[in-house]
Amino acid sequence: MATFLPQVGAMLTLPGDAVRQILWRFSDRFDLQMLVQSARAVARGQVAHMVAAGERNTHEWTPAKQQMMEAFDKAGITAAFMEPEQGGFIAGPKNLALGLAAFELAWVDGGAATASLAGFLALAPIHERGTLEQTAHYMALAAPPQPGEDRKVRRGAFALTEPIPYVGVDTGILSGRLRVAEWNEGQEPLLHVEKRGRFITNIACADFVTAAVESGDPRIKGSCVVILEEGDPGSFDRGTPTKKLVHQLSSTGDPIFSLTVPASRIVGGYTVKDGVIVPNFSHGEIIEAVFRRTRVTVGLMTSAKLLSAVEPVIRYQRGRFRGAESIKEGSLRYEMGIQQREDALQRLVDVWASGEASASLGFAAARLFDDLDPLEREKTALLAERGIAGGRAEMKAMREVEAKAVALLSGDLVDARRDELASDPLVQYALRDAAANVLCPATKLWNTGEGTRMMREAVSLMGGYGITEDCPGFLANKWMDAQLEATYEGPEAVQRRQLTITMTNEVFLAQFKAWTKEMRAIASERPGSGACTLATAMTMWLWTLNYTQHATDADGNKLYHGQRQGVTFALADALCWLLAARCQILDVEELEARGPLDAVVAEDLPATLQFLRDLCHVQSARASGEVSRICAELVYGYNRHPAWDAEGHKACFLSDELDEYEGFIPGLGAVATDVIGVSGSHPVKAGPCAGCAGSLDFLHLQNKLATCLTGSRLAKDRAAGTVSKVMIPEALDYPQ
Amino acid sequence: MPNSFQIVVCSSLVPDPLQTLEPVAGPALKNEMMLPAVLDPWAACSLYEAAALAAAHPGSKVYLVAMAPKAKLQQVMMTVAQKVPFELVALDGPLGGFTDAQSTAAALAEAIAAIPALDRSKLLLFGGWESASRGAGVTLQTAGELLGITEQFQGVDQLTVRDDGQLEVLERVEGGRHQVSLCQGAPAVFGWATGNLAEPRNSPQMGMANMRGITPALMKAKPVKLDANGLSYVSAAVPKQTRETRLVRDMPAEEIAREIVAWMAE
Ligand SMILES: Cc1cc2nc3c(=O)[nH]c(=O)nc-3n(C[C@H](O)[C@H](O)[C@H](O)COP(=O)(O)OP(=O)(O)OC[C@H]3O[C@@H](n4cnc5c(N)ncnc54)[C@H](O)[C@@H]3O)c2cc1C
Repeated sequence: MATFLPQVGAMLTLPGDAVRQILWRFSDRFDLQMLVQSARAVARGQVAHMVAAGERNTHEWTPAKQQMMEAFDKAGITAAFMEPEQGGFIAGPKNLALGLAAFELAWVDGGAATASLAGFLALAPIHERGTLEQTAHYMALAAPPQPGEDRKVRRGAFALTEPIPYVGVDTGILSGRLRVAEWNEGQEPLLHVEKRGRFITNIACADFVTAAVESGDPRIKGSCVVILEEGDPGSFDRGTPTKKLVHQLSSTGDPIFSLTVPASRIVGGYTVKDGVIVPNFSHGEIIEAVFRRTRVTVGLMTSAKLLSAVEPVIRYQRGRFRGAESIKEGSLRYEMGIQQREDALQRLVDVWASGEASASLGFAAARLFDDLDPLEREKTALLAERGIAGGRAEMKAMREVEAKAVALLSGDLVDARRDELASDPLVQYALRDAAANVLCPATKLWNTGEGTRMMREAVSLMGGYGITEDCPGFLANKWMDAQLEATYEGPEAVQRRQLTITMTNEVFLAQFKAWTKEMRAIASERPGSGACTLATAMTMWLWTLNYTQHATDADGNKLYHGQRQGVTFALADALCWLLAARCQILDVEELEARGPLDAVVAEDLPATLQFLRDLCHVQSARASGEVSRICAELVYGYNRHPAWDAEGHKACFLSDELDEYEGFIPGLGAVATDVIGVSGSHPVKAGPCAGCAGSLDFLHLQNKLATCLTGSRLAKDRAAGTVSKVMIPEALDYPQ
Repeated sequence: MPNSFQIVVCSSLVPDPLQTLEPVAGPALKNEMMLPAVLDPWAACSLYEAAALAAAHPGSKVYLVAMAPKAKLQQVMMTVAQKVPFELVALDGPLGGFTDAQSTAAALAEAIAAIPALDRSKLLLFGGWESASRGAGVTLQTAGELLGITEQFQGVDQLTVRDDGQLEVLERVEGGRHQVSLCQGAPAVFGWATGNLAEPRNSPQMGMANMRGITPALMKAKPVKLDANGLSYVSAAVPKQTRETRLVRDMPAEEIAREIVAWMAE
C-alpha cells in the first residue's frame, strides 16, 4: 500500500539554536541557553584562536592555556557546576548544563572541553559523597570570584589511574596507599598518602587532587578517596607532561604524591570502630557515583564533533572547483562542486545522521540524570524513614520496588493500582535508575566509538585538506581527539562490561519492551520515521538476548555469560545502536509537537521535520543493519558446521526419501542440494549446508527487518538533496 | 542624584554578519527569520557605552528598547542579557531591513514615552547612528524629534560628563577627525558610531539577573504594525563581490602585498 505524504521543500538553513533547544528540551531554560552562548563565545573566540595559532603543538602548560582556564571562570563555565549559594547560577541538577557546555567547547576543541570538565571531575567525589564541610570548603575555593572579590580560583585534578601494572580498565586494584602517620589519643589522626598517578588531567594547574587510595595499614579499613593539597607536608610532584597526540589544550601528567594529611580529608568522612578508621565510602562507591554522570558529558563531546563537521564539509564540497578558469560562475560545477556527486552527499548524510543520533542519546541521558538526582535523594530519605539504610536491607527493599515497576509497565493493572504505582517516587526512581544504568555506558560507548569511526568519514570528505592543520573546523584534530574520548573515564571495555550487567536488569528490559511498542505506535502514524525498522530491530535484539541467555554453543557452554565477552559485548554494542536511533526519533517527535509554538522554528518547520526525520530513517536503517548482523552471528555463529556424520545427516534428504517426496512435491529433487545416497554417498564438499539448521523465529524476524527497510534509501536520497541545497553561512564562525 | 541619567538605548536585530544574505521579492532577506541574529552592532556599541556611563554615575538606569519579532528577541537576549545590566522594553514588530524609518521611529518614541516613571529631564537617548541592516541613518534622530529632544549628536565615539554636568561629545567628521561639542546636559540624543569600549564578556550570572525583568517584558511585548508610509523598493541587492583568482608560484610576500596595495588604490 502506498503512503502519500505531503510534499515539502528542502530545509532552508542549518538547524539553529531555536530548533536545538526544542530537540534537546531546554527551550524554557534561559540559564542553559545563556550558558550555551557563553561557552560558545569562549570556544569560537579564544579557544579557536589558540588552536589556529598552533597552541596544540606543545605538551607544556603555557600561559595561553592558563588564560583559557581563566576565560572559563569569567564566562561562567566553571560556575555552571556550582549551586547558586556557592557562586553558581543554575539551580538544581546540572547534568544537562554540563553536557551543553562541554558540547559547545568540543564543537571547537576537545582538549578545551576536557580542561573544563576535569575540574568538575576533581570536585565530583566531594560533590557526590563529601561531608557538608568538605563540600562547602572546596566548592568555595573552586568558585570563580564574585564581582568585587579578589581571590585566586583553586583548581582540582582527579587521580584514579596509576602507572602500569595497576588501575586502568580495572579500577579495583589500587597501589596508592594510605597509612596512619600519627594518631594521638582524642585527636584527628594524621595519614600518610603514597599515590602515583598516570595520565592525570589538569595536573599542571591543580592546587588540590582527589586521589583514590587503598589502606596499607591495619588501622584503616578498605579504600577511599582522599583530598590532597599542594602545601600539605611532603612532596606534591606534578611529574612530567604526557606526550599525548590529542587534547593538547588540556594538561595531562604522571604525578607522584607523598604527603601527610589529616583524616578529615577522607571524602565523605569516617568513623572509628575498634581502633580502626573506617571510611564512610570506599573509592569504588565514590567513583561509581561520579563516573555515572561525567561519562555522559564525554559522549556528548564526540557528538559535537560530528555535527560541527557538517558545515565545513558542505562549504568545501560546494566551493571545490571555484576559481578554475574553465569553470564559469553560475555553472552547475561552480555552484555545486563535489555536491553534484551522489556519494559525497550521502556520506555526509551518514555523518550527520550519526551526529544527530549521538547527540540525542547523550542529551537524553543527561536529562535522565537530572530527573534521577532529586529522586535519588528522595529514595534515600524514604528508605531512611523506614529504617533501611544501605547494604542488603536496601537491596531487598528495592527488589520489591522493582517488582512494582515491572508490574506498572506490564499494562495488566487496573487504573487505581496503576496510578498508585506511577505516583510512587520509589517506583519512579527504580525506573529511571535502571534506564540510566544503561543510557550512561551506552552514551559513552557508542557516541565515542561510532563517533570516532564517523569522524574519519568526515575527514575523508575533505580530501587532503581534511588531514591538515588548516582544515576548517579542525576536523583532523577532532578525529584523533575522539579516540581519547573513547578511552578516558573508562574505555569501551568498561562500558561494555557495565552494559552486560545493566541491560539484563528486568526493570530495564520491561522499559525496553514498552519502548518497542512506543516505536510501533510512532511507526503507525509516521512510516517514514524509521520507527518501524527500529521496532523490528529492537524485537530482534530482545529475542537474541533471550536466546543467548538460554542457548548453549556447540560444546554445550552457556552463551550469555560474564566471561563470554564475545556474546555479551556484541549484544551491548547492538543495543547502543538501537538506543541512539530511538532517542533521535523521539527528539524529532518533540520538535513536531513543540515547533509550531515557536515563531522562529515554525517558519520552516515542515521542511526541517522532513529532513530530520529522513536522517532518523537513515540512521534506523543503519542501526538495524548492525543489529541484524550482530544477532545473526550470535544465533548461528556458535553452532558447529555440520559434517557428514549422523548429526549432520539429520538435516539432509536421503535419496530414496527424496524419490518418495517427488511424487507429491514435483521438482523437489531439483532444489534439494544435500542428498545422501543409499550407499551413504554425499556431495563432494566438507559438510552439508549449515542453512538447514537454525531458528525459524529468527529468520522470520530477519525477513521482516529486511522489508521494514522500505523507504530508507528514498529518505537518504531526499536528505542528500537537502544537503545539496541548504543555505550555509558565508564563512565558518570560528576562529572569531 | 546629581548627574544621574536615564539612558534609553534603541536597537533592532540584524542577521549575524557571517550569514549569507540574499534579497528576495518583498523585498526581504531570504530565510531571515531563521538566520541567527545579533543586536545591531552600532546600537550594541551604544548599549555598552550606556552601561559604562550608568556605572560611573550612580543612580542612573539603562533601558533597552528593542523592536523585532518576539521569538527572535528572546533568542538574542540570551547573549545580550549577559553583557550589561539593563531593563528591556520589548516591541513585537518586524525585522528592520526594509521597514520605513519614520514608522519605526514613531513606534520607538511611543514606547519610550510610555516607560513608567521615566524622568525625561534626565533622558539620554542612545542608539546607532545607522543600522547594519539598512543604514537609513534617520531613525534615532526622528525618534528624538518626536520626543521633543532637539540636542542631537550623530556618529558619536565618545561622551564625557564634566564635573559641572556638561556633556562633551566627540562626533565623527570627515577625514578621520572628530568634532568636539559641549551640551548643557540631558535630555539629548546620541547616535553612536563604534565608541571605544570592547564587547563585554558574557556573564551568565548577570544574564540570569537581567532575565528576571526580561522575561516579563517579553511576555507583555506590544505587537507593532508598521505603516509603509508609501515606501516602495525598486530593487534590493547585496554589494557585489568580485573575485579575481590568479595562481602564482614562488612570489615573495612583499611582492604580493605591494600588488594588493596597488589594486586597492585603483
Ligand atoms: C589524556 C588522558 C587523560 C586522562 N585523565 C585522567 C584523569 O584525569 N584521572 C584519571 O584517574 N585517569 C585519567 N586517564 C586515564 C584513563 O582513564 C585510562 O587510560 C583508561 O581508563 C584506560 O586505562 P589504561 O590506559 O590502563 O588501559 P587498559 O586498562 O590497559 O586497557 C586497554 C585495553 O585493554 C582491554 N581490556 C582491559 N581490561 C579489559 C577487560 N576487563 N575486558 C575486556 N577488555 C579489557 C581493552 O581493549 C582496553 O581498551 C586519562 C587518560 C588519558 C589518555
